[in-house]
Amino acid sequence: MRVAVVTFPGSNCDYDCYKALQLFPELEPVFVWHRERELGPVDALVLPGGFAHGDYLRAGAIARFSPVMSAVDAFARSGGLVVGICNGFQVLCESGLLPGALLRNDTLRFRSHDVHIRVETVETPFTSAYSEGQVLRMPIAHGEGSYYADPNTLAELEGEGRVVFRYVTSAGEALPEANPNGSAHGIAGILNRDRNVIGMMPHPERAVEEILGSTDGRGLFESLASVLRGAVA
Amino acid sequence: MTTYHLEIRVRPRPGLLDPEGTAVHHALDSLGFPGLSEVRIGKIIDIAVDAESESEAVDLVEAMCRKLLANPITEDFTIVHRTDPALAGGAS
Repeated sequence: MRVAVVTFPGSNCDYDCYKALQLFPELEPVFVWHRERELGPVDALVLPGGFAHGDYLRAGAIARFSPVMSAVDAFARSGGLVVGICNGFQVLCESGLLPGALLRNDTLRFRSHDVHIRVETVETPFTSAYSEGQVLRMPIAHGEGSYYADPNTLAELEGEGRVVFRYVTSAGEALPEANPNGSAHGIAGILNRDRNVIGMMPHPERAVEEILGSTDGRGLFESLASVLRGAVA
Repeated sequence: MTTYHLEIRVRPRPGLLDPEGTAVHHALDSLGFPGLSEVRIGKIIDIAVDAESESEAVDLVEAMCRKLLANPITEDFTIVHRTDPALAGGAS
């Protein structure tokens, strides 16, 4: 199964995503440059982290109009699986594929350290390998990760089980001190309404091997692999 | 065709957390400036655009704001005419 890693000028987690996907023999990562108008035969997409187009204007604002984005939009709207990590999440919000926006961290600091997040739902193609309530440890690295949406959207996300990951303490409690950036409801990752597009600020691709300090991110790619395997079988 | 110089002011929407404004507010407080009740930080975008009329220029810039320059979820924008040639960068 081919998984495209969509790369923009300024993406810097593209190779990490490529490597993480390579850990699963059934997944064949391919790079797709942002100027491409077609994705080719792919089964899923990853929008990696970085600073696409320098994050000028707003993070993701310019990337959202890259030539490749109409193909990404069509792929997502036809039910294709799309993972947006960090800058990829920002691009998905700017493009309207995910609701809300990511604002400057409330601490005004670029936060680069491990966090704990809790798996809020396993009813997704991206978290089926985890168990509900499982606490994962993986890094964040962002300056604009404070998730914002209006109260109605937040209520909808919560009510429809579309909050996938929430910042928690190592004991799994959603306390304000566990929230690294001021995200509404401690939200670290969300789904679109059709549950085929996920956006998250933490970096699962940086937590896939012991040498990286955590393997808790593997489950995301494992879930993706198993869903794609099922789709073919 | 005339070149119109327009200034776009983009601000965080009222009520939205503006940590940058808050940090500057605290800095001004600690410098001892009295009477400060709010600091909000936005950005200014200067645009020179050729159009048949001023209203056409404004329509065009408004479309730019809606499509790219401001995020309607988090930001408000206003378009200001720059008639002062010094402000207009002497381009006209």
